[in-house]
Amino acid sequence: MTGSGLNTVEIRNLSFGWGERVIFDNVSIDVPKGKITAIMGPSGSGKTTLLRLIGGQLLPQSGKIMANGFNIEALDRAGLYQARRQMGMLFQSGALFSDLSVFDNVAFPLREHTRLSEAFIRDIVLMKLEAVGLRGARHLMPDELSGGMKRRAALARTIALDPNLLMFDEPFAGQDPISMGVLTKLIRLLNDALGVTSIIVSHDVPETCSIADYIYVIADGKVVGHGSADSIKHSDSRWIHQFIHGLPDGPVPFHYPANNYQQDLLGG
Amino acid sequence: MLSAIQNLGKSGIEFCGNAGKTTLFLMHALVAKPQWIKGFRLLVPQLYMVGVLSMIIIVVSGLFIGMVLGLQGYTILVKFGAEQALGQLIALSMVRELGPVVGALLFAGRAGSAITAEIGLMKVTEQLSSMEMLGVDPLRRVVAPRFWAGQISLPVLTMIFTAVAIYGGYVVGVQWLGVDDGSFWSNMRSSVNFREDILNGIIKSVVFGTLVTWIAVYQGYTCPPTAEGIGKATTRTVVFSSLAILGMDFILTAIMFGGFN
Repeated sequence: MTGSGLNTVEIRNLSFGWGERVIFDNVSIDVPKGKITAIMGPSGSGKTTLLRLIGGQLLPQSGKIMANGFNIEALDRAGLYQARRQMGMLFQSGALFSDLSVFDNVAFPLREHTRLSEAFIRDIVLMKLEAVGLRGARHLMPDELSGGMKRRAALARTIALDPNLLMFDEPFAGQDPISMGVLTKLIRLLNDALGVTSIIVSHDVPETCSIADYIYVIADGKVVGHGSADSIKHSDSRWIHQFIHGLPDGPVPFHYPANNYQQDLLGG
Repeated sequence: MLSAIQNLGKSGIEFCGNAGKTTLFLMHALVAKPQWIKGFRLLVPQLYMVGVLSMIIIVVSGLFIGMVLGLQGYTILVKFGAEQALGQLIALSMVRELGPVVGALLFAGRAGSAITAEIGLMKVTEQLSSMEMLGVDPLRRVVAPRFWAGQISLPVLTMIFTAVAIYGGYVVGVQWLGVDDGSFWSNMRSSVNFREDILNGIIKSVVFGTLVTWIAVYQGYTCPPTAEGIGKATTRTVVFSSLAILGMDFILTAIMFGGFN
């Protein structure tokens, strides 16, 4: 069970890698109950991998992951599927089922996991779709939706079973300003209204800072800083300064490591 | 010499590892508490996709193969004055060998590749991952219905294929080349044994159905989530299925008709 009871997710001494490449090296992260915690870092720093580790889609090489009171890496297949019913994950692409309408996508987890009548499922689905502003789009197929609408429909599906942990994988990536504003508002609103715990993985600094209660910045397999949005913005760390202000050069070099430029040009 | 032995050992270990992985994969998909109503609802659309939509290629191919067999058989048999045995030749060839084998090869090309591509695309678009995160096992929700649909469809398609081919042979042999109608059918009826020929043909098609759909769902589920990955997985499905069908056909034929039973 969770150590403190104050955290929905507790990650202790997590190490994970793909072959020789180290993604996480002895990382510890706490996600407090009822708050929005952001995991920020550059592309390829392992943010999405972290969500998959919490969801049990990947197993850590060492360390411990507790989520909703479940010791994720110790669960068997059936236990893992049981634990996932209390989690919701919004994928970057939305990942709606392409052969189902928006309505059926949202109804999918209800039909799979409950014995509710179709009339009751209809009411729940319409309420969830109303919450994301897509009640009128319930008959559309996923390929008829814009990118932002797909994510909102996927969000409605994610909250269909009222999970107590919501994970958002790059929710703002590739969105126009209006969609971004809508998603930002929705994530904050749903977190507060449903009393859930949210984890946002993102590299969109202003949007994430505007809604996150607590931020972890990860790079090179380690947590390089954590704190409130204000403390992250005013951090002394050169690395965090480069990331938050989007500077092209700094601790993360502009150039990929290479031989001497002059020698390369001269064919040496 | 030593490296050759090492390579052989490595290949052997890899083969055993892959065989274990594919077996576990199928077990996870199929071994579960049966949910008849839900399972039936998932199965029906897959029967349509895998079985009904394969009907056209099966019927047209069956017709032409039967017609060619009728024509070729007649030109050889007529030299010996044995053209009355044309019905027997066509029926035995189709029921024992060509029906199950060619039907399965066509099925692998049409339905097997479609299953792999569909599951692979679901993987690329994270639909399988999102299903997992919704607490629904994609092995049971996506893989199992497609496996059973293939398993049910292929024997039925093989029977249709064989029947249409015999009709094609009848059209060419009897109606076009003038073989006696009565001899054609009576020779066929007297020489085809239900248990030895028809039942063995059906057993073959059931085994081929298992092989093709097993390979197709496994390749789709484990393909790298890229466009190139799906392309290669689809190709592998057709190639591996074809080789497996032909190899297994020899083994089954040896067991059924080779005097080992």
